[in-house]
Amino acid sequence: MTDDTILETEGLTREFGGFLAVDGVSLRVATGNIHALIGPNGAGKTTCFNLLTSFLPPTRGKITFKGRDITGMKPAMVARLGLIRSFQISAVFPHLTALENVRLALQRVRGASFDFWRSDRTLKVFDDRARELLFDVGLSGFAETVVADLSYGLKRALEIATTLALDPEMMLLDEPTAGMAHGDVDRIVDLIKRIRKGRTILMVEHNLSVVEGLCDRITVLTRGKVLAEGDYATVSKNPEVIAAYLGTVDA
Amino acid sequence: MFGFSRAESIAFVVMLALIAVSPFVLYPVFLMRVLCAALFACAFNLMIGYVGLLSFGHAAFFGMGSYVAAWTMKFWGLDASVAIVLGGLTGAALGLVLGFLAIRRSGIYFAMITLALAQMVYFFCLEAPFTGGEDGIQQVPRGYLFGLIDLSNDMTMYWVTAAIFIGGFLLVHRIIHSPFGQVLKGIRENEPRATSLGYRTDDYKLIAFVLSCMIAGVAGGTKALVFGIATLTDVNSATSGEVVLTTLLGGLGTVFGPAAGALVVTSMENYLAQFGAWVTVTQGVIFMICVLAFRRGIIGELGAFFKISL
Repeated sequence: MTDDTILETEGLTREFGGFLAVDGVSLRVATGNIHALIGPNGAGKTTCFNLLTSFLPPTRGKITFKGRDITGMKPAMVARLGLIRSFQISAVFPHLTALENVRLALQRVRGASFDFWRSDRTLKVFDDRARELLFDVGLSGFAETVVADLSYGLKRALEIATTLALDPEMMLLDEPTAGMAHGDVDRIVDLIKRIRKGRTILMVEHNLSVVEGLCDRITVLTRGKVLAEGDYATVSKNPEVIAAYLGTVDA
Repeated sequence: MFGFSRAESIAFVVMLALIAVSPFVLYPVFLMRVLCAALFACAFNLMIGYVGLLSFGHAAFFGMGSYVAAWTMKFWGLDASVAIVLGGLTGAALGLVLGFLAIRRSGIYFAMITLALAQMVYFFCLEAPFTGGEDGIQQVPRGYLFGLIDLSNDMTMYWVTAAIFIGGFLLVHRIIHSPFGQVLKGIRENEPRATSLGYRTDDYKLIAFVLSCMIAGVAGGTKALVFGIATLTDVNSATSGEVVLTTLLGGLGTVFGPAAGALVVTSMENYLAQFGAWVTVTQGVIFMICVLAFRRGIIGELGAFFKISL
């Protein structure tokens, strides 16, 4: 079991002044799976993401990635190990072009870019790969566009391209389809299906039809705790899950 | 050339032409003041315009560079070039220490911490024996550059100052247009995202800060050489404020803005000097007009009008 587990948490807890946003969550994500984290608003999904990527330190608990304890590590180091996150609000560099956005991620393979004396023309070697990635997410026509001028859906696609540029073993996608029109949602779903090969994806998602179509395994959180876990068929029939989403039906 | 875009190349040539022609039209000592202020503003712009951090204490680095250059020239009889390099290194070293403390915060907190630290530097300069307190270090001899070129001639001094300014200007431009500069822009645009891509953003910010302080130190050293004097004015918070005004007026995050701003602000100080306190009043009014009417600054507005980046 441990062999094909890429990310594991034990009793992960985060308090905000006495309020338990995440309360003893033990999560196990299998290598190569698309794993969904769902739950009503305020269930602690985004806090979970922040903990997993070290953007927040946990109050208690342990996080293991690829058999290595990453609890309390610097967020940049976690990213370097191959665990890359996206954000709920689209995380792009608005006043750079789409190409520059992706290139900034590709540039990471050079190691630290402290070379302030070198021309940025040295970065041109990444242009081809950046254009490929933009093509993959359907942004080939927008390479030179300043990102602030792109539509919301395109920004999300760009964000995925930027994340993919680092060729991460594991991606954490925080609501990749939130606030999107239907056509855009389908495009992102297709995209995730295409990029899943050789990767593990953990995603927070509200759109249950997206979850149904994509995810191998689902963990339901409510009030910071794991309520249920299983495949979509099992979880969606669980009466507690239905109650958490729709409210209790008795009386 | 130097990674300039076409519009920037034209502007750069115009700037070079102005630098070459103006000493035959205007008073060279005044122009040297402009150039020192311009270099200082370029250094400041590197932080505010490209890292997005407002340093409210940049005079500390300018002033310490000025003191060290003046002192080593006067008492050790060092060559002007060595003294200016020492001024730059002083700025960098001080920037490393103060930056290490300040860089962990951003926005208004960063501004307040830099202001507080700069005030401590000011107090140190007021009390320390080597600065000469209220008198400052006066009558610093210009001497001979590399032991050969007599700097007592104002025109010779002007060309040396112009060369230092152009060197510093090109260095800032290179920093902005380097792989390092690209990461800085990423940090300015969205720091959490830069972190999530695996960049240790604090390291980048600190290096940028040290570079900016180094150039500020060079500007201060050059100023000490030109005027033969280093005083408390150089480390004063008013000098920190003035560089903010200069950069804002010229255009934040533009390549040529700081130089344009320095020309305007220094001209005002020079030609309105006879009206005494009215200089500060005029500066205040111009600052308000700038904030209300043209927030992108002179060069920023020009660039926006012609849809080019300058």
